[in-house]
Amino acid sequence: MKARVFVSLKRSVLDPQGKTIHHSLQNLGYGSVEDVRQGKFFEITLDPKISSEQARVEIEKMAKSVLTNPVIEEFRYELEAGEARA
Amino acid sequence: MKFGVLIFPGSNCEHDAYHMVSKVLHLPVEFIWHQSKDLKGCDAIVVPGGFSYGDYLRTGAIAQFSPVMEAVRKFAANGGLVIGICNGFQILLESGLLPGAMLRNKGLKYVCRHVHVRVESAETPFTGSARAASVLQIPIGHMEGNYFVDDVTLRQLEENRQVVFRYCTPNGQITDEANPNGSLANIAGICNAERNVLGMMPHPERASEAVLGCDDGLVVFQSMVHSLEPLAAHR
Repeated sequence: MKARVFVSLKRSVLDPQGKTIHHSLQNLGYGSVEDVRQGKFFEITLDPKISSEQARVEIEKMAKSVLTNPVIEEFRYELEAGEARA
Repeated sequence: MKFGVLIFPGSNCEHDAYHMVSKVLHLPVEFIWHQSKDLKGCDAIVVPGGFSYGDYLRTGAIAQFSPVMEAVRKFAANGGLVIGICNGFQILLESGLLPGAMLRNKGLKYVCRHVHVRVESAETPFTGSARAASVLQIPIGHMEGNYFVDDVTLRQLEENRQVVFRYCTPNGQITDEANPNGSLANIAGICNAERNVLGMMPHPERASEAVLGCDDGLVVFQSMVHSLEPLAAHR
């Protein structure tokens, strides 16, 4: 089973990297770009034997305690059942 | 009175801190490995700068889970003096020993140079020997020193006078130009509400001897020694 965790800075937090990428895209002629927020993406492969409920508990716990700093970041995730479970 | 200097894989300022305590303050000092579950009877703990565990996830993010930080949490809860410098500050933030978090520098560049900071509170064990509002010249060297905290907590920090150092001009003005990294309210260092845990981005251990060009940072460690002396006398 795979989990995809997306981490981004909270809306209330300035994102200097996103801002710089935004300016670069505009300078490259992508005039339609109104805003850029950049973040992190984790693809986590889990033991295929665990249930999706268990997977959710585990992923939420690791996202809250390790993968993000809740002072500045937020996350969302999706679960994807692995290819043909053994 | 004994100082302890923590070492994580990737720390790189531990020898500077060790040298400063042993050769400048002439006090006992010991290194403490990140796997240690106790602090070897030390009276003050230095969490040094560097790149703990490579800082791959976030600065200081992995170090907070090391056995030695569990011991530091207990030590701090009992009133022990803990100073986190640069990466050490980031570790204290991630550990929850200090409020807030570090963002990438506003200019997105690693900044390594001397800056000026104003002593905002001389009522801490780390600044007790400094004059309030005096200006210290201390070097910084970091990529993530852009301090951030929510509005409510910032107000609490200001009300409790927990902002200990602010980036300033050489004559003590708090301006945007004097802010090297975009840090909120020019914050360069804060302490906890109990005032026994300090985090600061500038490196006082790199500015503790005139031969290094500047010894303004020494007052931070001298203050710690003075605040510990009455305790040591009772042993």
